[in-house]
Amino acid sequence: MRGKLRIIFRGRFDLAYFFQQLINGLTLGAIYGLIAIGYTMVYGIIGMINFAHGEIYMLGAFVSVVTYLVLSALGLSYIPLVLLVMLLSSMLFTSIYGWSIERIAYRPLRGAPRLAALISAIGMSIALQNYVQLTQGARVKALAPIISGGFTVMEQNGFTVRLSTLQIFIMILTTALMVGFSYLIDKTPLGRQQRACEQDSTMAALVGVNVDRTISTTFVLGAALAAVAGVMVTLYYGVVDFYIGFLAGMKAFTAAVLGGIGSLPGAMLGGILIGLIEAFWSAYFTIEYKDVAAFSILVLVLIFRPTGLLGKPEIEKV
Amino acid sequence: MSEMTTSHKAASASAVSVIARDTLLTAVVALVLAVPFIGLKSDSVGTALTLVTRWPLMLAMVGAVAAGRVLVSLWRLRSAAKAQRATAHTAAGDAKASLAAWGNSHMKAIGFAGFALAVVLPFLPFSNRYVVDIGTTFLIYVMLGWGLNIVVGLAGLLDLGYVAFYAVGAYTYALISTQAGWSFWVCLPLAGTFAAMFGLMLGFPVLRLRGDYLAIVTLGFGEIIRVILMNWVDFTKGPDGVSGIPRPSFFGAPFSRSAPEGVTTFSDLLGIEYSSMHRVVFLYFLILALAAITNLFTLRMRKLPTGRAWEALREDEIACRSLGINPTNVKLSAFALGAMFAGFAGAFFATRQGFVSPESFTFMESAIILAIVVLGGMGSQLGVVLAAFALVVLPEWFREFEQYRMFLFGAAMVAIMVVKPTGVMGHREPTIRLHPVGKSKKPEAAR
Repeated sequence: MRGKLRIIFRGRFDLAYFFQQLINGLTLGAIYGLIAIGYTMVYGIIGMINFAHGEIYMLGAFVSVVTYLVLSALGLSYIPLVLLVMLLSSMLFTSIYGWSIERIAYRPLRGAPRLAALISAIGMSIALQNYVQLTQGARVKALAPIISGGFTVMEQNGFTVRLSTLQIFIMILTTALMVGFSYLIDKTPLGRQQRACEQDSTMAALVGVNVDRTISTTFVLGAALAAVAGVMVTLYYGVVDFYIGFLAGMKAFTAAVLGGIGSLPGAMLGGILIGLIEAFWSAYFTIEYKDVAAFSILVLVLIFRPTGLLGKPEIEKV
Repeated sequence: MSEMTTSHKAASASAVSVIARDTLLTAVVALVLAVPFIGLKSDSVGTALTLVTRWPLMLAMVGAVAAGRVLVSLWRLRSAAKAQRATAHTAAGDAKASLAAWGNSHMKAIGFAGFALAVVLPFLPFSNRYVVDIGTTFLIYVMLGWGLNIVVGLAGLLDLGYVAFYAVGAYTYALISTQAGWSFWVCLPLAGTFAAMFGLMLGFPVLRLRGDYLAIVTLGFGEIIRVILMNWVDFTKGPDGVSGIPRPSFFGAPFSRSAPEGVTTFSDLLGIEYSSMHRVVFLYFLILALAAITNLFTLRMRKLPTGRAWEALREDEIACRSLGINPTNVKLSAFALGAMFAGFAGAFFATRQGFVSPESFTFMESAIILAIVVLGGMGSQLGVVLAAFALVVLPEWFREFEQYRMFLFGAAMVAIMVVKPTGVMGHREPTIRLHPVGKSKKPEAAR
């Protein structure tokens, strides 16, 4: 027994191994965080879980695959340009999807019972999943790595810690988006309207904020960020299928709840924590149960701190 | 008079221009949305991906969407005009005979007629094995729908992981019967008890919180159960599933051609000739009985204090709390009872199939059961039956559209919610009123 354990754990408690998991977890967390922002913003403004948000992220990943194929058919191979076009086209198309989804499935239900909107969202999610399956096929799309290369950060007992260029790219892009996004929400008129609607949409409408347009903008922004996450996943894993939105959406929602739903920094923090938990769980425990770990965390958070790490307690009024 | 016609003309001209504008906008958006998904397709050729273009298909789809938009606009215009006329003639309120109203006023008669039809179904001339099999599947979903109706329809708790309790019931019977050899009739109550216990365990921490959190936690729980069933190979046999689950017997008389020494087969017991249909029909009646019990239970519960507390809690939690109802306990009772019925249905499923695997308990199952409850109209027992028929039996007839089934299913969920947020048979009327409204005689009896 001892010997078996030693074999299982050999190398696992090295610093190098730990660092590698840290890097992987942070990368994964950045992706979850970007999706979580969409959940948290929509929840903040209309108090609804946008169940189809995971699907939006999946759409973003597919658009990026198609864009990449178009670019390679056109003969464009300068990598930074390819990446830029992939990101922009994915954000563009996906945000139009986000906008349309809000118009079709959620706007008519404003003021209807909460359950109705949630069920409409679930229906939307099922429809989108099958829409992509019908139009793009059920088979897994595999892309050859676009960004390769990386650095060896450290080495210990024959275990090398690699930080790939792609991971750096993901982290830098996420940080830049987060900074830009926080600026947008904190300092611009658009962000002010968004926050006003979040606090009290009736009052905001009375003082001249166009609530409908603000909600649409929220969906568009959330979808654009989810699209970036979709592009990152396409680049990072190189495989995309119509089903990826479900689990990623669940985990991103967990991240949003963990960070405190309605709070932007909370969503990012929650995303990173979920990414780290998942990476370390698969590294030190069993990889099969990594999804269980994320959900167990969700349940624990809800029991002990329902408002999340950075959330404000909700006051119930009659 | 002429003034009126001109204003009418002007109104219709502006309506036409509005429709034209909306249609154009819809078409443009649809065109943009269709480009990366319908116009361009990534196709796997060997290991590499290639690009396929389908512009004609895309244009056809966009045209279809635009046409659909025109129809929606026209329909809205018509219903708006109707509403206007209705307000003009005040008496029109009474003439509003909708399906829901008709269904609710004839609830008892429809219920009995439906039950009678269900009882005689296996003996009708056109009934063959196929019909009875579909009937059995249909009744499983009706039972699950009724069970979930307690949770979603009556108590207003959104449970997205209902299939987890179904799985608990199915695996309880599958494992106990194959490992310990206990009979179906002993395991049936056990399956329900286990499922209810899981419901209590899950509900206790979460039901103190707001409704949406419950939705997500139950969804997560559904996935956890499935992942555990997949990966705990020693106990659940993993993805291979449990096979060789014993079939139920008729009070100890097995449904087989020949029985071991000292045991009488069902056909010998009744002195009739053996037929493989006996078991199929028996299973059908078994699930019919289980479903009927679920229905009767729900109908009785609605008249008991707990059932009334469920409905009151659904309508206004704060008011309930101020009246001294403990929301957590009341919700917990609904959650656990709903889970119990899923457990019963699960045990039945296991004995019917003779085989269970995690494949049968995906999120899609939960979504279908939820859709049955919601589309039928939350809280309506008859609505559940109609929706189960639409979602389970109709797809059997349209097998060639299998591919489009789930897409249409999701789209229908959205469409029904948008058009009628309370569901097809929905009314959201409390079971009891202090002062009966208008001429409706006895709201209790009507249900």
